[in-house]
Amino acid sequence: MLALTIYLSFAGALLLALFPRAWGRASRVFALAVALSGLAVAVAGFIEAGTQGTVSVADVAWIPAMGIHYTLAADGISRVLVLLTGLAAVAGILFSWNIGDKDGDRANEFFAFFLALIGGVYGVFLSVDLFLLFVFYEIAIVPKYFLIAIWGSTRREYGAMKLALYSFAGSAMVLIGLLAAYAAAGSHTMNLHELAQYNFPISFQMWAFPLVFTGFAILAGMWPFHTWAPTGHVAAPTAASMLLAGVVMKLGAYGCLRVAMTLFPHGLDPWGFSFLGIGSWRTVFALFAAIGIVYGAAVALVQNDFKFVIGYSSVSHMGLVLLGLLTLTQIGLDGAVLQMFSHGILAGLLFATVGRIVYERTHTRDLGALSKLQLGKAMPFAAWLFVIAGMASMGLPGFSGFVAEVQVLIGAWQAFPWFAVVAGIGIVVGVAYTWRAMQRAFFSDAPMAAADGVPVPEYEPVTWAEKAGVLLLAATSLLIGLYPRLLLDVISPAVQALPHALLTGGRP
Amino acid sequence: MNAMNYGELFTITLPETILEVVSLLILVVDLGWLRKRSQSVRMATANVLAVLGCALATVWLLAHPQAASFGGDALVATPIVAAAQIGILLLTALVLLLSVKAEFSRNPGEFAAIVLLGTTGMMLVAAARDLLVIFVALELLSLSLYVLTAFAKSSAQSAEAALKYYLFGGMSAAFMLFGFSYLYGLTGTTSLTGIAGALAAQSVSPLLIVALVLVAAGLGFKIAAVPFHLWAPDTYQGAPAPVAALIASGSKVASFAVLIALTGGLIAAPNYLQSSTWVVLLVWMAAGSIVLGNLAALVQTSVRRLLAYSAIAHAGYMLLGIAAHSSQSGSAVLYYALTYALTTVGAFGVIAIVERSAGSDRLDAFAGLSRRNPLLAATMLLFLLSLAGIPPLVGFWAKFNLFAAVLRAPGVGHWGLALVAIALAASAVSLYYYLQVLKRVYVAKPAQTAPMQVSPVELAVLLAIAIAVALLGIFPTALSGWIPLG
Repeated sequence: MLALTIYLSFAGALLLALFPRAWGRASRVFALAVALSGLAVAVAGFIEAGTQGTVSVADVAWIPAMGIHYTLAADGISRVLVLLTGLAAVAGILFSWNIGDKDGDRANEFFAFFLALIGGVYGVFLSVDLFLLFVFYEIAIVPKYFLIAIWGSTRREYGAMKLALYSFAGSAMVLIGLLAAYAAAGSHTMNLHELAQYNFPISFQMWAFPLVFTGFAILAGMWPFHTWAPTGHVAAPTAASMLLAGVVMKLGAYGCLRVAMTLFPHGLDPWGFSFLGIGSWRTVFALFAAIGIVYGAAVALVQNDFKFVIGYSSVSHMGLVLLGLLTLTQIGLDGAVLQMFSHGILAGLLFATVGRIVYERTHTRDLGALSKLQLGKAMPFAAWLFVIAGMASMGLPGFSGFVAEVQVLIGAWQAFPWFAVVAGIGIVVGVAYTWRAMQRAFFSDAPMAAADGVPVPEYEPVTWAEKAGVLLLAATSLLIGLYPRLLLDVISPAVQALPHALLTGGRP
Repeated sequence: MNAMNYGELFTITLPETILEVVSLLILVVDLGWLRKRSQSVRMATANVLAVLGCALATVWLLAHPQAASFGGDALVATPIVAAAQIGILLLTALVLLLSVKAEFSRNPGEFAAIVLLGTTGMMLVAAARDLLVIFVALELLSLSLYVLTAFAKSSAQSAEAALKYYLFGGMSAAFMLFGFSYLYGLTGTTSLTGIAGALAAQSVSPLLIVALVLVAAGLGFKIAAVPFHLWAPDTYQGAPAPVAALIASGSKVASFAVLIALTGGLIAAPNYLQSSTWVVLLVWMAAGSIVLGNLAALVQTSVRRLLAYSAIAHAGYMLLGIAAHSSQSGSAVLYYALTYALTTVGAFGVIAIVERSAGSDRLDAFAGLSRRNPLLAATMLLFLLSLAGIPPLVGFWAKFNLFAAVLRAPGVGHWGLALVAIALAASAVSLYYYLQVLKRVYVAKPAQTAPMQVSPVELAVLLAIAIAVALLGIFPTALSGWIPLG
């Protein structure tokens, strides 16, 4: 049943591409209907599967001569991320409800690219066959380019091209690893589980693992390959930023776990020697993740563009995901997957506040300019929304971020105590940059730019679509924060079912 | 050579004969009856007749299972050769259909007739397994293409392109013939199977290396591989669009078909040194083409030149498959060549339409195409993304199949993984220049907003190609009856 999410999205995209250009409003209604039905399928699939292990979705021979099958299946991790994709898709469309008002908006194309991207993302999360996974992974790259280059803002062509080239370079690295694995295994199969059964020689895993892991981690925004992320986020239209941070970066982290770590678990083993205290790829990447957490947070602390603050905070939060994955402990991996979900929701909420609710009304994202507008009074809805989203994002108990970050930190403490300390510092800096952005954008004491006596400017009221999107995302984060077992009960068995070599890997 | 069996010869070459007869018929019809008619009627009639000729030859090939060979294997008719030939006929027919509206020539009959002669050459090249037949067929193909390149008589660019093409081509043909003569001198036979047998029995000699280098120069010219690629950008830019499409499609398929056969002949022998000389040549040509083609394409402002450099890069990818010389990699190369050619024909079709409207093939001429003609823009999107190797289009699948075959080929040493890695990294780079075109098509604001006029035939052909590019990517097994996979 979950396969319907893919078909619905692609069929919707194809139909939208054929819509007449004048049907702006009809396009967005149609797109919302498609996204809602996708979400409904994702929720239904999530509930139906309950806490079961892997649910098989589809299995058809596709290219028998090469052993490539159209195999879809969903374990707990996939189902959680499919759910996230459905939520992000609906919220993204709700927050692009202004596209289609004008004739020149090319609304049908916008939503066609949007749904094509969503379809690719659903596909990646559900694929078991690696060829299929890669196909969906690349399908998701191209629409991003057009979404940003056509409908974006600040330096959009630069940001879009940078993002596309980084993604494509990463996927080329992944493809080299997959082709080499396919050739080395010698058998005619691309099925993840069958390939994982094949014991690749340690020497092979030692180069294939870092190659594939880095290829995927580029898209997850791993330091030092993260630079596409802030520029891409800033250039993108709100809905595309939400998708980028919300689900596309999760594709990278998911690929790291599902492909690189599952296929080549011994790539995480110690090298047998150590250099400056670094003795395995696992430590190398954990170090990168830890640096990313602090670096992203520190850079966010000094940004003046509101969207750059959120963009760098994504780098920081994705660092936590990667660190959680590399702990190779049950609790760390649980936390990493939960953090993927949580960050997907919260990044969406933050980008919606900054890019849509504030920017569409004030037409500036400069914190200095915003501080003169007294937005706390002029736009109380946006101000309180940012307070809530910011608190959730900095890890306030009661929201989803807290549960995820605590688990990652505990896992990291067991695996690499020093990196846990570094990550902890990053989280503290996270409080600081959120606080600073909140204070400067909404609750500044700076005098109004205009002379006293001028009334507080009237901004357009918040629309129903914005309220609905906010409600959807904030309620989800709160729900998961208050009752995390809703997701953890599904994630944990899936983490336990990961290859044994992975959960013991890297330790002598 | 064995004794001639003319009946057999007639059966094997009947498709080629059909093309010859039709090309003469076109001349008679065009010059005999239609001289007084308008230019467009003459062009349409000549092209439609030529397409019918291609269709007839295709039907004959489809109806007759191939398992024959003629005269000591001078010409063979195996299923895989038939696949290449049908592909060539189909590509020619598409090019002819796309040029129904073309206005570059005042001699439509001659144009269509020479296209068919060139196609005959391509089909013979694909089937030839004898040095002399290979050479004669390649010359028939090349001479037709030289003439066609110069066909836009009012355009100085066309003449310049033809002259460059001819001078390079003549020289490389001389090199190749010289190399063939050495091969004959070393082995005493012109048949590829005979050569394979004779080479297996002797040690590697300097003369053989010279011969191989010369042959590589000749064929490297035909496929535009570095360092024999210099003619390609100018010819692609100056030739009339349908002719450029033909050079980039059918001619490439034929040349790669003969390269597969020749490689099979040269290194069928289990003689490591001999095979290594040829493989080393191919690998260096491949690496050079991949790197130089992709890098040079980055800075082009003319879309035709961009496609020329991308063609050089694609020739590099295919050369990797040739160098791997397993039976899988051979069919993977053929699959790649056919699907690449199909996509390129489509891309040149779009370029021709844009040129007719904007008067140039510069990147800026494509600005805002998606607003001026969304369907045309969508087909260009599919063609270029397929060339860049983005799934689910056929270009991705062809690349995957090719590189998997290269890595799995038993004769591939450690160069295999390194070069596949270079090729994949380079194809990541290639996305940049394809996106440069697509950025103009989808993002840039058009200089003029009037809808771009496309004739129904052109649009139908382009849509058919685009749908084929998408469907073949989603169902790659559709062609496996013709070209075995994996």
